[in-house]
Amino acid sequence: MQATDPRRLRAKTQFWAIVSVLSNVAGNSALTYGMQALGGIGNSPAALIGALFHPWVALGVTLLIVWTFAHMALLSWADLSYVMPVTAIGYVVTAFAGKFFLGEFVSPMRWAGIILITAGVTLVGHTEPASELQK
Amino acid sequence: MVSTTVGDVFRSLGMRHHGEIHDFRPGALGSALAAIARNWMVIVSTCAMAVSFFSFMKLVSIAPMTFAVPMSAATFIPETLLARYLLREQVDWRRWTGIALIVVGVVFIAQ
Repeated sequence: MQATDPRRLRAKTQFWAIVSVLSNVAGNSALTYGMQALGGIGNSPAALIGALFHPWVALGVTLLIVWTFAHMALLSWADLSYVMPVTAIGYVVTAFAGKFFLGEFVSPMRWAGIILITAGVTLVGHTEPASELQK
Repeated sequence: MVSTTVGDVFRSLGMRHHGEIHDFRPGALGSALAAIARNWMVIVSTCAMAVSFFSFMKLVSIAPMTFAVPMSAATFIPETLLARYLLREQVDWRRWTGIALIVVGVVFIAQ
């Protein structure tokens, strides 16, 4: 059956994991930028819903909707204990985006964190995405 | 953290119940979405994710990302335990070690 072909499943998982990571990183960045631009908005639900109409918050929310669907699609065939750590590469993408686009300083401690996360993601990435395929 | 963990576990349960999505054409995606929207586990997951989303939105407006990011990674441990014991996934030593490295890495990156 096509669905259980391990190579096809791995390629499909990698593609949707990339979509999930990029939409999540871009969405969270736009959301943070928008929320900080708005300043203190109080605790009321009306204020939080009102914030959704700020352009950067709206862009962030749209990208996070894309992330939600990509994440749901991934979880329809892959393990949670695979998807969660593999998509953690987003932390590394965020750090690189900060360095190259915003000119942020990456301290030796942060480089150590980037290396640890990359090693962890590589290790989990070598397991089969779905438990049924593991020997 | 609690709402993210509940949301992820129920999303995984609900989507597994739905089965693999293999047709990404708009029409087929629409019918898949209609079926998923009637799945109670996905509904619970969506409600938990909404709570998680608004909590995160509030958090990033009052706290720096350096605090918000490691807090979001703290869900990895309870989620892996639930994946192993509730979802009955095979979490071998590579997954445990990988997750431990990622959690330590996220704490380092947030410094």
